[in-house]
Amino acid sequence: MSAAPILSLAWRSILSRGLTAALTIALVAVSVMLYLGVEKARQGARASFENTISGVDLIVGARSSPVNLLLYSVFHIGDATNNITWDSYQQVADAPGVAWTVPISLGDSHRGFRVVGTRAEFFERYQYAGRRPLRFADGDAFDGLFEAVAGASVARQLGYGVGDEIVVAHGAGAVSFIEHDLNPFTLTGILAPTGTPVDRSVFVSLEAIEAIHLDGATGRGTGRTSAELEAMDLSPDQITAFLVGLDSPVGALRLQRAVNTYPREPLQAIMPGVALAQLWQVVGAAETTLAAVAAFVVLTGLISILISILTSLNERRREMAILRALGARPRHIFVLLVAEAMLLALAGAVIGAGLTHGALYLGSPLLEARFGIVLIGTGPGLQDLIVIAAVTGAAGLLGMVPAWRAYRQSLADGMTIRV
Amino acid sequence: MTAVASGAPAIELDQLRFAYARRGPCVIDIPRLVVAPGERVFLKGASGSGKSTLLGLIAGILDAREGCVRVLGEDLAAMSAARRDRFRADRVGVIFQMFNLLPWLPAGANITLPGRFSDRRRPDGAAALDAEGRRLLTRLGLDPDQVWSRPARALSVGQQQRVAAARALIGRPGLILADEPTSALDADSRDAFITLLMEECAASGAALVFVSHDGALARHFDRAEDLAALNRARLAGAAS
Repeated sequence: MSAAPILSLAWRSILSRGLTAALTIALVAVSVMLYLGVEKARQGARASFENTISGVDLIVGARSSPVNLLLYSVFHIGDATNNITWDSYQQVADAPGVAWTVPISLGDSHRGFRVVGTRAEFFERYQYAGRRPLRFADGDAFDGLFEAVAGASVARQLGYGVGDEIVVAHGAGAVSFIEHDLNPFTLTGILAPTGTPVDRSVFVSLEAIEAIHLDGATGRGTGRTSAELEAMDLSPDQITAFLVGLDSPVGALRLQRAVNTYPREPLQAIMPGVALAQLWQVVGAAETTLAAVAAFVVLTGLISILISILTSLNERRREMAILRALGARPRHIFVLLVAEAMLLALAGAVIGAGLTHGALYLGSPLLEARFGIVLIGTGPGLQDLIVIAAVTGAAGLLGMVPAWRAYRQSLADGMTIRV
Repeated sequence: MTAVASGAPAIELDQLRFAYARRGPCVIDIPRLVVAPGERVFLKGASGSGKSTLLGLIAGILDAREGCVRVLGEDLAAMSAARRDRFRADRVGVIFQMFNLLPWLPAGANITLPGRFSDRRRPDGAAALDAEGRRLLTRLGLDPDQVWSRPARALSVGQQQRVAAARALIGRPGLILADEPTSALDADSRDAFITLLMEECAASGAALVFVSHDGALARHFDRAEDLAALNRARLAGAAS
């Protein structure tokens, strides 16, 4: 007897116990969905995370912890402990081996999105996901004083296009009570999506940040005319942090030490890659726990298959005896039950994987919009096949328990049931 | 009616002894029993007389510990368990007392089930096997169009037994073993069922061993044997 008739018998037997089978399959599907979901989120978050910044050799800010500096300067999470003076910035920028620097000034926001004061050079220097440069989806970098560039998520969520006017608010909250509404900014460009915090940022010039705070940091802005402003020197006294590119990355360690021991101000330089790895270690512990929990949920699903088959065995002894009388070997009975377990698991795993990708497809825009998390590389792939195969295989192994019982029973029962 | 005396006997038991446990009580001890090819034998046996055990031995599901079991000319004792299973699939049809069918399979699929385990039982392919199953159902007094696709559990007991008979007969096995197949039927349908079964066995040339506790059925058969007389094993639970 070949495998196909046994499979079709197993499948019809499963169908005959419709509700139990459906519930078992549903349990497996949900457990696989949970597991795959956690795995996808894990990988997506990690990939997105590691791809946040590249091509920058050092980030320099006020002395705190490397993770903290990384969080506020790159991820725009939390606030700087302190600013650094323009003087110190100039010192580092002029140090030998430094190819370029891009200053960053944080502290304002636009409807919940951080406003980054920087130079137009930022758009050339900032790279992500393995040295991919920023690209403008529309328009160009800012040039004039009250001009701004919006990240992709900002533009999409708020429906902005080039030429729109926006008002910058003081502080970083979603709702702000102090708006610098005397000095609206005109959008000159919209960036293409990157899957990094850049998408959720609004960029203006350092001078503009200076200008809107000229008449008191928490006022409505400045009432001076643009002619007046142009005549003024709007170089900032302080910035939040700056990005450093070196002629050769070999010099990074030396410059880092020089910055960290800078005598006139407590500065700190971090290498983005190292800080990212450190941060991931913190996040990774939670992530591993989550994956372990999800794996145990899958195990629960598999055990439910075992239970459903074991409880059905007694009422099915008659079936086994009939099959034996028709010439089925004990081996066939064994295969039949293992096949049942595997079919249940396969159906559950395939449905679970399908649901996962359906949910990802529907949910990822929301995830990106609400939390700025872009799941990279989470499309259907080899991993799903491996999980489906592993779950099916494990069910086959577990299925050997009821199969062995039925095998023993069918040997002992023969054609008569002696219950 | 006399048996066709050509070829090897359908069943030949010689000094057969069997016990379930190695040192347990002997439940079967039959010096000799021969069933000729095509012969239809009634075997009277009360419950507990070892009849199901005897059928298990003849079907090759149980392994004789002593003596010789030859079925359709083949020595079962000389075969491995797997070969006995194959032999049963190929050459023997079985009807039980009740619950003959896989309840979740349609009647038609139940009838053609032996073809899944034996190529010999479906020599001309699946379509021909279906046609034969339908023909047998018609012969047994059921309309194939009505029952073929219905799940077995939806059929009445009488219908189920006829479907079971069709399944035992399909693919022309040389021997049919029937274990009290009429005990769930009333007197009228019982006689009708036996007559149909006898006719179909005659038509396919199969030998029939029909076991029942009801001696009144013996009149339908070529020959009647009493298991209590044949079996010398003293059974604790014997009701006779």
